[in-house]
Amino acid sequence: MSLTISLPSVLSRLTDGSRSLSASGNTVGEAVADVTRRFPSLAPRLVDDAGQPYPFVTFYLNDEDIRFSGGFTASVRDGDELTIVSAVAGG
Amino acid sequence: MTASLLAPTDQTDRPAAFSALSLVCENCGARFDPEPSAICLTCLGPLVPEYDPNRSLPSRAEIQSRPRSLWRYREWLPFDGTPTLSPDSGFTPLVEAPELARRLGVARLWVKNDAVSHPTLSFKDRVVSTAINAAHAFGLDVIACASTGNLANAVAAHAARAGKAAWIFIPHDLESAKVLATGVFAPKLVRVRGNYDDVNRLCAQVADNFGWGVVNVNLRAYYGEGSKTMAFEIIEQLGWRAPTAVVAPMAGGALATKLHRGFREFAGAGLFEQALPRLYGAQAAGCAPIVRLVERGSGRIEPEIPATIARSLAIGNPADGLTAARGIADTGGWAAAVSDADLVAGIRLLAETTGIFTETAGGVTTAAALHLAKTGRLGPTDEVVLCITGNGLKTLDPLVDALPPAPLIAPKLKEVAALVEAA
Repeated sequence: MSLTISLPSVLSRLTDGSRSLSASGNTVGEAVADVTRRFPSLAPRLVDDAGQPYPFVTFYLNDEDIRFSGGFTASVRDGDELTIVSAVAGG
Repeated sequence: MTASLLAPTDQTDRPAAFSALSLVCENCGARFDPEPSAICLTCLGPLVPEYDPNRSLPSRAEIQSRPRSLWRYREWLPFDGTPTLSPDSGFTPLVEAPELARRLGVARLWVKNDAVSHPTLSFKDRVVSTAINAAHAFGLDVIACASTGNLANAVAAHAARAGKAAWIFIPHDLESAKVLATGVFAPKLVRVRGNYDDVNRLCAQVADNFGWGVVNVNLRAYYGEGSKTMAFEIIEQLGWRAPTAVVAPMAGGALATKLHRGFREFAGAGLFEQALPRLYGAQAAGCAPIVRLVERGSGRIEPEIPATIARSLAIGNPADGLTAARGIADTGGWAAAVSDADLVAGIRLLAETTGIFTETAGGVTTAAALHLAKTGRLGPTDEVVLCITGNGLKTLDPLVDALPPAPLIAPKLKEVAALVEAA
C-alpha cells in the first residue's frame, strides 16, 4: 500500500526539509519503518525504545488518532494520509 | 548552553520582555532562547519558562502593596518590566464556605472563585493575560486558540481590547452561551466538525503553517504560566499559608500542573512555610483519562472519546495529563471522576451552600470533593480549597430539567399564604 506522511515543521529538518513523504506498507508501523529507513535520524522521534509510537507526537490516519485503531498495527489502504502532529498542544 | 529554536540569537537580540528568561525542556533539559514555540528542538518535549535564579524577588509586603491583579506576582510570570496588555485580570475572591465544609466533614473550606474573573468569567483570563503579552512582545498581531469555550471567550475579549486579530476554533456543537459570548467580540470564529481533540490537532497544524500566536499551541509555554497565579493568590489570601488540600478540575491537565508549580515556587521563595497542599484532580467520568492514569499509578495517557456534558473538561487526549498526574502523586493527592448526574448535583450543592453559581466544570470539582470526602481522602482536619474555574450562566442547559418549576400564582396575598403554609 502507498500512503502519504505529513510531518510537522520541527521534524522536517530531519528529512532534508521535506514535510510530505511517500511511504509504503500494510500497517502504520510498516509505513513508519519505511520512512525511517530512508531518514534514520527521524526514527527516534517517531518510535520509542519499546517500538511504540514516540510519546511527544501523535499519529492520525485519515484524521483518526491511531491509538483508537491499534496503534502501529493499524491497517492502511492505498491513498491513505498519515499526519504526524506534536503532542504538546492544547488545554 | 542556550540555543535558539528558529535562528541564532544572543542576549542582546531578545525582546526586553524576556530578558531574564529561558525556555527549558521538561523532558531532556535542553535550554532555548525565548521564542514563540513550545516544543523542544531536540526531543519534541514541552518547553517551560525558566526564570533567572538571581532575579530580585519581592517580599510579602511588597506584593501586597501592588495593584490587585495577577501581575502583582510578575517575578514568577514570563515577562519582565511592565506588561502593556490585559492589566486587570486575576485576584478573584477566596470565599470561605462553612456550610459546604460541614457537608464534606472537613475543618474549613474555601472557594477560589474564578467564576467572577475579569473580563470573561473563567480562569482562562489568567492564561490569556500572559499569552497575549508574550504575543505582543514577539510582534505577533494575530492570536488564535483551540477551545472548549472559556478560552474562546477570553482570547476574543483580550484580543478585542488589545486591538489584535483573533482566530478562534471551537467544536461545532459547543454550548450556545459560549459561542455567543465569543462572537460578540467580533473575532474570526470557526466551528469545526469534530470534538475538541480534532480542533486541537487542527490548531497544531495552523500554528505550524500560519505564523500566528496560537495561545495553547506555540505560545503555551507563556500561556500556562498564568495558571500559577491561582496558587499564588490562594497562599496570599489565606494569610501567607497553605491549605492542606486543593481540588481542581482537569481538562488538558495544565491547571493542576501549574498549581503544583506555583505552590512549589512560592514555597521555594519562602512565602509560606507549611507543606505543599495535597493536590486532587477532578474529571467527568465520561472523559477521565488523567483520573485513570492516576488510578493505574504509572504508564501513559490512554486517550478517550469524550462523552460528558462537562464540555469544558472534554479533552480526551490531554497534553499535560502526565505532568498533572505526577504533581498529584508528588503531593500525596488523588483524583476522582464523577457522573454527569453527580456534577449537576455538585452545581446545586455549591450554589445552595455558598451562593456561587458555577458551570459544569465547577460541578465536577464540587462533586469530586464530596466523593473524596466520602472515601476518606479528605478528612476532618483538612483545610480545603476548591478551584471553581467558570461561571454557571454559560452552561444553563443541564439545569433546565434539574430544578423544580417555580409556582405560578395570581397577584393575591392569599395565594402567597397558601404557598407559605405548604412550604
